[in-house]
Amino acid sequence: MILFIMLSKEEVKNIALLARIGIREDEVEKYQKDLSAVLDFFRELETVATDDVEPIGHITGRVGVARTDQAEDFESEGQAEIIKNVPEMKDGFVKVKSVF
Amino acid sequence: MIRDLHEKLVGGEITAVGLTEKYLQAIDTKDGEIGAYLTVLREQALEEAFFVDEQLKRGETIDLLAGIPGAIKDNICIAHVRATAGSKILDNYIAPYDATVIGKIKGRGAVVLGKTNMDEFAMGSSTENSAYQKTKNPVDIGRVPGGSSGGSAAAVAAGEAVWALGSDTGGSIRQPASFCGVVGLKPTYGRVSRRGLIAMASSLDQIGPLGVSVEDVAIVFSRIAGFDKKDATTAPSGNDKPFEEYLTGDIKRLSIGIPTEYFSESLDPRVRAVTDQTLERFKTLGVTVKEISLPHSQYALPVYYIIMPCEVSSNLARFDGIKYGMRVNDIKNSFAHTNGLLETYLDTRRVGFGTEVKRRVMLGTYALSAGYYDAYYLKAQKVRALIKRDFEEAFKQVDLIFSPTTPEPAFRFGEKGDDPLKMYLSDIYTVTANLAGIPAISFPMGTIEEGLPRPPRLGEAGRSESKAGGKALPIGGQLSAKWFDEETLLRAADAFEKSFK
Repeated sequence: MILFIMLSKEEVKNIALLARIGIREDEVEKYQKDLSAVLDFFRELETVATDDVEPIGHITGRVGVARTDQAEDFESEGQAEIIKNVPEMKDGFVKVKSVF
Repeated sequence: MIRDLHEKLVGGEITAVGLTEKYLQAIDTKDGEIGAYLTVLREQALEEAFFVDEQLKRGETIDLLAGIPGAIKDNICIAHVRATAGSKILDNYIAPYDATVIGKIKGRGAVVLGKTNMDEFAMGSSTENSAYQKTKNPVDIGRVPGGSSGGSAAAVAAGEAVWALGSDTGGSIRQPASFCGVVGLKPTYGRVSRRGLIAMASSLDQIGPLGVSVEDVAIVFSRIAGFDKKDATTAPSGNDKPFEEYLTGDIKRLSIGIPTEYFSESLDPRVRAVTDQTLERFKTLGVTVKEISLPHSQYALPVYYIIMPCEVSSNLARFDGIKYGMRVNDIKNSFAHTNGLLETYLDTRRVGFGTEVKRRVMLGTYALSAGYYDAYYLKAQKVRALIKRDFEEAFKQVDLIFSPTTPEPAFRFGEKGDDPLKMYLSDIYTVTANLAGIPAISFPMGTIEEGLPRPPRLGEAGRSESKAGGKALPIGGQLSAKWFDEETLLRAADAFEKSFK
């Protein structure tokens, strides 16, 4: 059961943090309004009885698709193409900031 | 159009290089205004065309699509070519490999003119959400081309490409096709490999073709469809010949269902009038039309707007500034609480994503977060099962289902403003096909005089809505068919198109 939701400012900030999106203090209110409006739009689903309905897994019902677990060589050229896209490299490694 | 050009190529009337040059010229003269392309692959296209001419000179047989220039939506990867998906976060991204569909069409000798504009990560219905440019509707440049495959639809409509590929998650091929007056097909989920498509919502996305005729769309579709071991959701084809060979023009004894839920009182009477004419024409072709019911269709939009953002939030987690794309980690006014890796994530995604993308990622993150999963995602997947069941029942009674593609013709720039819900209503007729996984096609069914006074609706007699400059705007009809029955779908749309000739 979904009750009418007006997300609080704190909730919006927390969602943004979980989503790894930095938002400014003056943007919080806009997202609060937008997100709450869309969440409210979802309330229509509350009226649908779904107790004995199996949720959709794969829409055309394909299951258990298997293939040989075999690596395909992307070759050094392919490797170079991938590495070209890395923002920062150091000594052949992808450079990132420390976690803490 | 493709068949004609093919015959001219084979007959030596034109060359592939000449044809490609003609289209590159069209891009040069028109695209400054239309804005369909983000990247033009001039040299590459001419090389591909040259190769086809060489084959012809050697007397080799060439494929129908060989030497025919087309455009590719910018969320489909072409090796060594920039792929932005309409987002700043991928501004400098060079795809390291070909999407499966690109490998397939290149294998047939098709010429790729360039990459087309789109709403950022395919999120939008007007292409206004592109981080790069506006694309204008070639029919009326004051109006949007639709979206998110707006660049692909506009390129075809403006004669800047013979055919195009788009992607359709909730209507992103069919809605712009409707707005620009071209044909667009969303195949059955699993018909076309998604490998190399920058994912938006994986259980809904499908790549499909756009063209000026149903036959053109069928020709391109035949060449991109099929099982791909690198996309486990694809299915092997049960068809023994290419789809363009099913277009007999004969649709006698087919039945078309009209969902009563789609034709409510609120439907624009002008759209209803065009729809009625279309149905009359289908009847003269020997089709039986009957009313059917899709009782859960009213829930399609909320279900879609739960499932899609959930999958979006998961798929877009990869854009984090680490391995590719934009990285922002030294801006002065960072809002992160730390100076570490978290700051890179927060700042990169804050700067790199546009508003609608952020909105959907946050919405999906919320709906999937602890305590809400059952209420949102699971509930939506259950209602989705009911929507699928509606179609299973309907297809026991009829071969095809018909509706308008869109509730209105192309709207003006800025008309939907920044109100997400208003924009979402553009998808009302199209999202169900994605939710149910069935194939659906949009084809031009008529025009609507926009800007001229329309007959007053009940209760508003005396009010006129006269705007300057009346224009005949195209509107698409949508047919949908059973899972993997593109054959009947294309045959019916083609028969309708042929009946005008």
